[in-house]
Amino acid sequence: MDIRVQEDPFDLGVETSAFAARQKGMGAIVTFTGVVRDLDEGVLHAMEIEHYPGMTEKALQKIAEEATSRWKLGDIMIIHRHGILKAQEMIMMVATSSRHRVDAFQAAEFLMDFLKSRAPFWKKEASGTAADWVAARDEDEDALKRW
Amino acid sequence: MDVLYFAWVRERIGVPKEKIDTVPATVMALVDELRSREARYEAAFADLSALRVAVDQELSDFDAPLDGAREVAFFPPMTGG
Repeated sequence: MDIRVQEDPFDLGVETSAFAARQKGMGAIVTFTGVVRDLDEGVLHAMEIEHYPGMTEKALQKIAEEATSRWKLGDIMIIHRHGILKAQEMIMMVATSSRHRVDAFQAAEFLMDFLKSRAPFWKKEASGTAADWVAARDEDEDALKRW
Repeated sequence: MDVLYFAWVRERIGVPKEKIDTVPATVMALVDELRSREARYEAAFADLSALRVAVDQELSDFDAPLDGAREVAFFPPMTGG
């Protein structure tokens, strides 16, 4: 299990290749990447992500352990950034591996659903001169119920 | 005990962290104590349904006892991913 909370950017290709190279006997690798949207008619967006050092790492570890107990997985990687991010920068990624694809797909979705609402990150979005905290959506909380 | 605030809760209260010397019995008792201090706390804690709480870095609730707690954090619903 490889869990990283960092301010620095990461290279999706390099991380995915390195993750794949570490797997033994796994037939499936699933990755998901969250990106800062480049929204609304040419207005460039930026994002600031705050987190709770200490609790963040524990929460991510707990979510990853839960996924490991529910699906047959080879490995899990989670990278989540904080600080200031520009439009189209990568915010976070998860990678899962399994012998067969269903486990890796479902575990990646589970990780994303819980990471959105149970890991202590808060996004503030800026567009033009205005900046505001992103409100949590009811759908995100509802998404947890399917697991 | 350390009390931590994040996101707009931090902005409304004006500090990321402070120490309190009293030992409230529950999270709610701590909230009531903070609310009675100044308007900025009242503003931050006006709608508890918009807030989440963690006790010693574990998600908790407002009825939770604070017996032995070292760190309590208040923040809005999380928006990771």
